[in-house]
Amino acid sequence: MDLDIDEASAAFRDEVREWLAEHVPRPALSSMDTAEGFAQHREWEAKLADARLSVVSWPREYTGRDASLLQWLLFEEEYYAAGAPGRVGQNGIFMLAPTLFAHGTQEQRDRILPPMARGEQVWAQAWSEPEAGSDIAALRSRAVRTDGGWLASGAKTWSSRAAFADRAFGLFRSDPESQRHRGLTYLMFDLRAEGVTVRPIPQLDGEPGFAEIFLDNVLVPDTDVIGEPGEGWRVAMTTANNERGLSLRSPGRFLAAADRLVTLWREQGEPAAVAERVADAWIGARAYQLYTYGTVTRLAEGGGLGPESSVNKLFWSHLDVALHETALDLLGPEGEVAGPWTDGYLFSLAGPIYGGTDQIQRNTIAERLLGLPREAR
Amino acid sequence: MRFAPTAEQKQFAESLHDLLAGADTPAAVREWGEGRHEPGLKIWRDLADLGVPALLVPERDGGLGASAADLVVAFEVLGYHAVPGPLVESVAVAPRLAPRESLPALASGELLATVASPPLVPYALDADVAGLVLRVRDGGVERARSVAGPVRSVDAARRLFRVRAGEALGDAPGEAFELGLLAVSAQLAGAGRWLLEQASAYARQREQYGRAIGSFQAVKHLLADVATRLELARPLVHGAAVTMTACDVSAAKVAAGEAAYLAARTALQVHGAIGYTAEHDLGLWLTRVRALTGAWGGAAWHRARVLAGLDVRDG
Repeated sequence: MDLDIDEASAAFRDEVREWLAEHVPRPALSSMDTAEGFAQHREWEAKLADARLSVVSWPREYTGRDASLLQWLLFEEEYYAAGAPGRVGQNGIFMLAPTLFAHGTQEQRDRILPPMARGEQVWAQAWSEPEAGSDIAALRSRAVRTDGGWLASGAKTWSSRAAFADRAFGLFRSDPESQRHRGLTYLMFDLRAEGVTVRPIPQLDGEPGFAEIFLDNVLVPDTDVIGEPGEGWRVAMTTANNERGLSLRSPGRFLAAADRLVTLWREQGEPAAVAERVADAWIGARAYQLYTYGTVTRLAEGGGLGPESSVNKLFWSHLDVALHETALDLLGPEGEVAGPWTDGYLFSLAGPIYGGTDQIQRNTIAERLLGLPREAR
Repeated sequence: MRFAPTAEQKQFAESLHDLLAGADTPAAVREWGEGRHEPGLKIWRDLADLGVPALLVPERDGGLGASAADLVVAFEVLGYHAVPGPLVESVAVAPRLAPRESLPALASGELLATVASPPLVPYALDADVAGLVLRVRDGGVERARSVAGPVRSVDAARRLFRVRAGEALGDAPGEAFELGLLAVSAQLAGAGRWLLEQASAYARQREQYGRAIGSFQAVKHLLADVATRLELARPLVHGAAVTMTACDVSAAKVAAGEAAYLAARTALQVHGAIGYTAEHDLGLWLTRVRALTGAWGGAAWHRARVLAGLDVRDG
């Protein structure tokens, strides 16, 4: 049992730290949920790619570094500690790309991954539907067979980044007789294709961080189907585990935020009233870091991400909210003034909802980790 | 980096678990609380045969010279089975405090030791069965002169004694305190695991309104929260054993204590009235966890130590 960083990983970490110290934009970019900010974040992705730092965990042939999971974690720790911009390409890089590596064709990987790595093509996710939120298998969007592809129709909602993104991925019911998880197909489609209407939805901060997507007989060629038709649920589960398990919220984010909280607390004269909560924020971030090192060890030895993904997500979503609430309470009457802490706070409030609500995660933990009986649903 | 127990550590934990699963520790805990030590001492001798008391004693003094990580792996199992006696004191702390001539007897298990270190460890646990009673004061260690007690603990099996200092033996290295904390934290994590497993098993089997109570979300969600807290506390305990920094050790104590305490409260709630009876074993773990949550410094003290020791990066 050790926490040693090998020489190659330490050298990589140092390179990342130095590069970021030199290149992180100051002042910070505008919100990526504005047209102007989205463009700025796209450029930042290209700059990262030029340094081969946009997709470090991917293979070298796709401008990655073949970074180990540990190296990826170190990259993330440096990235957040440096206060670098949010990743506008996150949906593609961390959700779609792992799915393509697992289930895509060579042609799809060669066509889709290079522009994704440079931010030239930004992806939105299209999971939820108006009638399918937590119960995603209740989705109604459909795909009808046509010559050389599928005609996709229906409505997707809460699609992160869709207001300004280029393409999207999601599940469609391709077998009209099918029920629930069966008969679904995983499709990728162009958000500017004929028949697609995007209606941006402003979030709590007033900016359109997500959107509704309406599809009316949108032509999706066979080359944009991932995996076999009808196998979409199985294919999507790879993505779901990636989202909740490791990739979406790396410990670096919370470590950096906890460090900033401790600094803020010290600057404010170390008020005793919130001291315990400040300590708990740091303890939680450290726990999540070490827990993730354990996960990385397990994966490196051939283990998988099972219901532990739900433990992971339930923990960090609470940690994130508590950490930001503590900062705002610490600031007292100044806490309402809009700035990085209020931005982080509003962002954290979405954590217990997306990627499976807290309540869904608790059901998963109870049923799959603790062996409690399923209830009818 | 390989942040997981080694094959040897897993094997050691399994052999301890196999031994203790057949040892009827609840009966020994009850007897111990009545001042009848024999069943507990029998378990202690069996643990000694597996090398538990030898763990931290240097090889040249008849011990195993094992690491703090080996120690926490063992104490998770000891905590899981609620083994009674001055285990933390004898196994984790005394090897760093005892006079060198006592080490071979400590390693073999012939000699039980205990320690008081006021204010965080005001009493010496089980001083009436310990052949070596130590007291730490102002960075030095002394052989205790007189022993008075026991003082009742909320955990009847924790028999607390007041000790008066006597003969000075030498310096008390700070590492002894950290090792004691690690062992207590690991015990808490292990006890929490037992409580979660018992409560989950009960929820699967107990029926009300015609179905297992574990099928109700109200029950599921309580237990899922316990599982999450315990899963995230354990890496802190292991990580603290690797780094041995004050921040990590105190963080481990806070997280393991609170996770185990939540496990105890939740286990009682899931069991209902049966769990509140003296006859049921649950109470042995519940009171143990309550006692250990404050032992070696409560959460407030350890949170303050975390904050005092943090060296944060400015971003």
